Amino acid sequence: MNNLENKNMDSEGINASQKKESSLSNLKYLIVGIFFGIVFVKAEIISWFRIQEMFHLQSFFMYGVIGSAVAVGVISVFIIKKFNIKTLQGEKIEIQPKTFNKGQIYGGLMFGFGWAITGACPGPLFAQIGTGATVIIVTLLSAIAGTWFYGLIKDKLPH
Amino acid sequence: MLEIIKEPWPWYVAGPLIGLTVPILLIIGNKSFGISSSLRHICAACIPSNISFFKYDWKKESWNLFFVFGIFLGGVIAAYFLSNPNAVVINPELSEQLAGYGITDHTGLVPSQLFSWESLLTLRGFIMIVLGGFLVGFGTRYAGGCTSGHAIMGLSNLQWPSLVATICFMIGGFVMSLLILPYILSL
Repeated sequence: MNNLENKNMDSEGINASQKKESSLSNLKYLIVGIFFGIVFVKAEIISWFRIQEMFHLQSFFMYGVIGSAVAVGVISVFIIKKFNIKTLQGEKIEIQPKTFNKGQIYGGLMFGFGWAITGACPGPLFAQIGTGATVIIVTLLSAIAGTWFYGLIKDKLPH
Repeated sequence: MLEIIKEPWPWYVAGPLIGLTVPILLIIGNKSFGISSSLRHICAACIPSNISFFKYDWKKESWNLFFVFGIFLGGVIAAYFLSNPNAVVINPELSEQLAGYGITDHTGLVPSQLFSWESLLTLRGFIMIVLGGFLVGFGTRYAGGCTSGHAIMGLSNLQWPSLVATICFMIGGFVMSLLILPYILSL
């Protein structure tokens, strides 16, 4: 088991590895992140205009990005499971299943609102700041505040 | 070669590269792709405030913080070394609609007429920068993931709750962008 409690409610971005990692080995995630951030900027996925075009059905671009990303992801996960591919450290690859709760509906709609306003999901916020849009630091801090507020009132919300 | 990289990348290059992040993270360290969790880890590390949702060993998940710091650095590198000097090419219909709200400058990925330190002090800017960010942080955690955790990682693993979440992200986005945002933009 991993260490985040309330696991059945929130299994995003999980570390399923049992091995202890040093800061040095964490650098590999930094490198993947850099590569990812460059793709975000160069494909203009972090552009507010691209997100508006998507929701106005004025461009196929974002549908193409998300659709082809999912297609590559589905095929990759299928191959990993089918051939029982191990991690570089020799561990069995584990992916936590997602369990349904009403938060995926209510929270999903709220995130959709925020996505259309800011033109950014959490990942692009970090990349936008990197490109020099320093005011997005405020958006990021506000998103952290939103996450904190969710943690505070979580037990009172319908799930 | 560098000239080609500097041009905006087409979707059929960007999408598969993003999709490849899923197996790369799994293979290099058994990590499930997901970005919004980083916001939770930041809360757990900096402001846990004795809230049970933030009491866990965030250090074990610190890979996620390295990952998002990398995304920030990727933004820096792309903007300063690989940048395309031209404005973002957008649909002329959208361009015309936005011009009606005074948004005419398409030079940045983040439109400076909406997101700037000056606009933060206006009602429109405050709603878009502060309220928008709050909804992103609250909504993603309530939904248990964002575009990466649900729409890409969850769907890649054929999880139907992630499909529900993704559909709700899109419905929320359509409603906001088409029905509510016009009122916010006219403020």
